Amino acid sequence: MIHIKTLNKTKLTDNVNVKGCGECQTSCQSACKTSCTVGNQKCENK
Amino acid sequence: MIHSFKMNDMYGVIDTNSGLVHIVDEIIYDLLNEESYKSEKMLKNIYLKYGQDITDEAVSEINYLIENKMLYTEETVVGNKIKPAIKAMCLNMAHDCNLKCEYCFASQGDFKGEKSLMSFEVGKKAFDFLVKSSEKRVNLEVDFFGGEPLMNFDVIKQLVEYGRSLEKPYNKNFRFTITTNGVLLDDEKIDYINENMSNVVLSLDGRKSTNDRMRKTVNDKGSYDVIVKNFQNLIEKRGDKEYHARGTFTAYNLDFSEDIKHMRELGFKNISVEPVVAKPEEKYALLDEHVEQLKQEYEELAKFYVEARKDSNKEFNFFHFNIDLEGGPCVYKRSIGCGAGTEYVAVTPEGDYYPCHQFVGEKEFIIGNVDEGVTEVEVVNKFKDVSVNDKPTCNKCWAKYFCSGGCHANAYNFNKDFKIPYEVGCELQKKRVECSIMIKSKLEN
Ligand code: SF4
Ligand code: SF4
Repeated sequence: MIHIKTLNKTKLTDNVNVKGCGECQTSCQSACKTSCTVGNQKCENK
Repeated sequence: MIHSFKMNDMYGVIDTNSGLVHIVDEIIYDLLNEESYKSEKMLKNIYLKYGQDITDEAVSEINYLIENKMLYTEETVVGNKIKPAIKAMCLNMAHDCNLKCEYCFASQGDFKGEKSLMSFEVGKKAFDFLVKSSEKRVNLEVDFFGGEPLMNFDVIKQLVEYGRSLEKPYNKNFRFTITTNGVLLDDEKIDYINENMSNVVLSLDGRKSTNDRMRKTVNDKGSYDVIVKNFQNLIEKRGDKEYHARGTFTAYNLDFSEDIKHMRELGFKNISVEPVVAKPEEKYALLDEHVEQLKQEYEELAKFYVEARKDSNKEFNFFHFNIDLEGGPCVYKRSIGCGAGTEYVAVTPEGDYYPCHQFVGEKEFIIGNVDEGVTEVEVVNKFKDVSVNDKPTCNKCWAKYFCSGGCHANAYNFNKDFKIPYEVGCELQKKRVECSIMIKSKLEN
């Protein structure tokens, strides 16, 4: 690719079977408490 | 669905459904604009601008992405695999405060009710409930909140000890955090917090003028001078453990990037400064007319951030510019929303449960209490069908899997409807996602 550089390798649709354990942090807790962003959180199931 | 944007000499393309982020050059950006690559008429202009060979090459790269489900990817509907289970709790340790911040949704600490402190008994029952309601989930989150939680420090210590005693027998892992205004922080409390709390949130709004305008002591003095030195003492002793200096911006400090820079100068390296959650009639509420300026402010901050991250003496973390493109949450998590009322509850000193700290005091939102558990199923149900794909605006929004549908309290404050997100919040959210991607691409180079 000359014109396009993709920043991430994994797609959201990868490994959907093993994901969804619900162990990760509830969105609004801890650092912010007023807005719910999930993009910056961590998955606990790797 | 895709979204393309330009910022700081960079062209970014987000493919919503795969979550992939592409950094592209100008020709790709032009070709994707209104899907020009598909239209012979529009392609002609692009041939004129870039020449035929390069254009053909670029179009073939676009086609490659499409064939490999990396662009214009169809939605995969995954359903709700994560079964709701309450596993996060905000304990309002004190409905009382030693500051009286103007924007406080707790109405200066008492949440529109009597001043009160949570007893150990109430907290203990809440923990028992949490252990049970979390079912198989191992990680439990407990935030000691207020009012000002340090006004009830002894009970916090008892509760931490109690929580730890439940871990082994029930196979749980408690993550304790505390949110404090800093007034009562002394060495003893600091050492305790640093040892026992996995994260600590230090409330500070930035510059002295910004902070002291909103965060006043009971005698109407500013709080900055007292709290900054206490916070500095805390982080000095904290080592590598997580903390956040956490500010709020309002219509009074639309130039909030200056507050963030100031916090960095004070030595804080983990900073989270967020738009106020307020009813539209409040003077300090953020309204449509502020959006353009605020977006500009984020962009300036993002450019500053890129430079700061390159210099170990200046670098810092801004909570909302951290986007984890590889290790972030799964699509299930990204769909369900913030978890208020379904995964998360706030507990008052009297032992009432609310869907989240923002609703405390609005009695029609009580969902249960420590003695009877969750009893108001109808109220809880309002928080159930509000995943991103249940909300028409979110369903069509390119940022949905970064955002997960915004804050229900904001939606309710502004629209009296959980399914209609707070538009100012959306605009800012989308801008922050763009900024984060720009930052990632610049720092990768
Ligand atoms: S809340 Fe707003 S920004 Fe978030 S997904 Fe919904 S429409 Fe998009
Ligand atoms: S409703 Fe808003 S404040 Fe409450 S948990 Fe959700 S995002 Fe957080």
